[in-house]
Amino acid sequence: MAKIIVVTSGKGGVGKTTTSAAFATGLALRGHQTVVIDFDVGLRNLDLVMGCERRVVYDFVNVINGEGNLNQALIKDKRVESLFILPASQTRDKEALTMKGVAKVMEVLKKRFEYIICDSPAGIEHGAIMAMYFADEALIVTNPEVSSVRDSDRIIGMLSSKTRRAVQNLPPVKEHLLLTRYSSKRVNTGDMLSAQDVQEILAIPLLGVIPESKSVLQASNAGIPVTLDKNSNAGQAYLDVVARFLGEECPQRFIEDKKGFFSRLFGS
Amino acid sequence: MPSLSHNWSTPALELKGSLLTLMILRLFETDSERIAEQLVTKIAQAPGLFQQAPVVIDLQALPDDNQSIDLIELIRLLRLHGLIPVAIRGGNSQQHQLAVSLNLGIMIDNSRAERPRRYPEPEPVVASPPCLTKIVTHPIRSGQQVVALQGDLIVLATVSHGAEILAQRHIHVYGALRGRALAGVNGDGEARIFCQQLDAELVSIAGQYQINEELANHLRGKPAQVYLDNDTLKIEPL
Repeated sequence: MAKIIVVTSGKGGVGKTTTSAAFATGLALRGHQTVVIDFDVGLRNLDLVMGCERRVVYDFVNVINGEGNLNQALIKDKRVESLFILPASQTRDKEALTMKGVAKVMEVLKKRFEYIICDSPAGIEHGAIMAMYFADEALIVTNPEVSSVRDSDRIIGMLSSKTRRAVQNLPPVKEHLLLTRYSSKRVNTGDMLSAQDVQEILAIPLLGVIPESKSVLQASNAGIPVTLDKNSNAGQAYLDVVARFLGEECPQRFIEDKKGFFSRLFGS
Repeated sequence: MPSLSHNWSTPALELKGSLLTLMILRLFETDSERIAEQLVTKIAQAPGLFQQAPVVIDLQALPDDNQSIDLIELIRLLRLHGLIPVAIRGGNSQQHQLAVSLNLGIMIDNSRAERPRRYPEPEPVVASPPCLTKIVTHPIRSGQQVVALQGDLIVLATVSHGAEILAQRHIHVYGALRGRALAGVNGDGEARIFCQQLDAELVSIAGQYQINEELANHLRGKPAQVYLDNDTLKIEPL
């Protein structure tokens, strides 16, 4: 049975698209048939991060409006077998995503893919609601910072009230917390909320912590999902996240910073 | 163009529907003497409660074949004991006519379906005001509002920043209270707020409120209760 996973956050710029690309790539690397959909109509970005922006002919809105079929719109990734991208339209707005239209596309995708990753736009309006509506599970992307945490809290509330599962009284959407741009050093100096702090506020299980890393920006600009960068600790962290998502035991490698010389010496 | 005159801008009255708790006298038989006897016993249990209390006479529980109740005598009896009969419920058209001539109202018979029990209820007939406790087991998230308009609100999880909870009576939060909590929203000064970890954006009892900035540091993050003492909001550790 296909699983629909929304990557959402409320707040913008926390790493939803990076996460969608990295997570979808990670699932596909494990051999799962995976498609990642850009719901950010009008602010199309996923194609850039996935490095397929020059191959977009038809998009999600075209498919909804019947102007092209799904096979024409799906872009096959050149690097990873079994990974597909459904790009957003840049020239329309979010209202183009009708409930009926999205439902129809989801039905077709569910027959063909094991995992359907929905990259949500920021905000709590129509676009974000459409992205989360059909979800079975959700990755809540949060930065260790108070405003991001509060917005995530808001989104978690909406997951339990505005989604198909909530409306139809089905078992609730399974929530996973994903902390991105985490810097253990800054947590230790007290500049940043710790993973424990955030988890305490949001009260949902922590799927993983992605360390702040230069490689994320480099990967985005190069159009390569960070999970394909073997030397990136962020990429490694995302692969751990995928493993945990698939039910494997995998220790959190990126919460504690390696202790400095002095603290090791004095054992603090 | 006609303009609104002064008289129209300030209405002298309005007619509104309102739900009130009314005492109902349900009759199970027609024997005037037995009714009188038991009524006196009931009133003797709480004489203050029945003084000048409006009461509706409910004839629905009477057997269908026996509607020969002496309404005039019953009303005399009620007035004698300080009750004020205001209307009848149920009964036949003859009794309705009689009620109208006695200046009583007629309540629409809408509960014919729930057939009355044939035995007297063990509790006094006084209807207590509805008190419905609402229990919430999941966290209340930013932007969510939970209202318990008819009683207490019990939350077995965290109330996040940006969430709002309101209750007619008490609020209990068995978790961190970080959002806004308003107890006694209908003006009940007896209402209290209890929480396991106080960091509320705002707490309020019957309109008296305090914001987070004014929260004393020794209370922050600690179990606490909020209540009104002589119209002053008090916050104390638990």
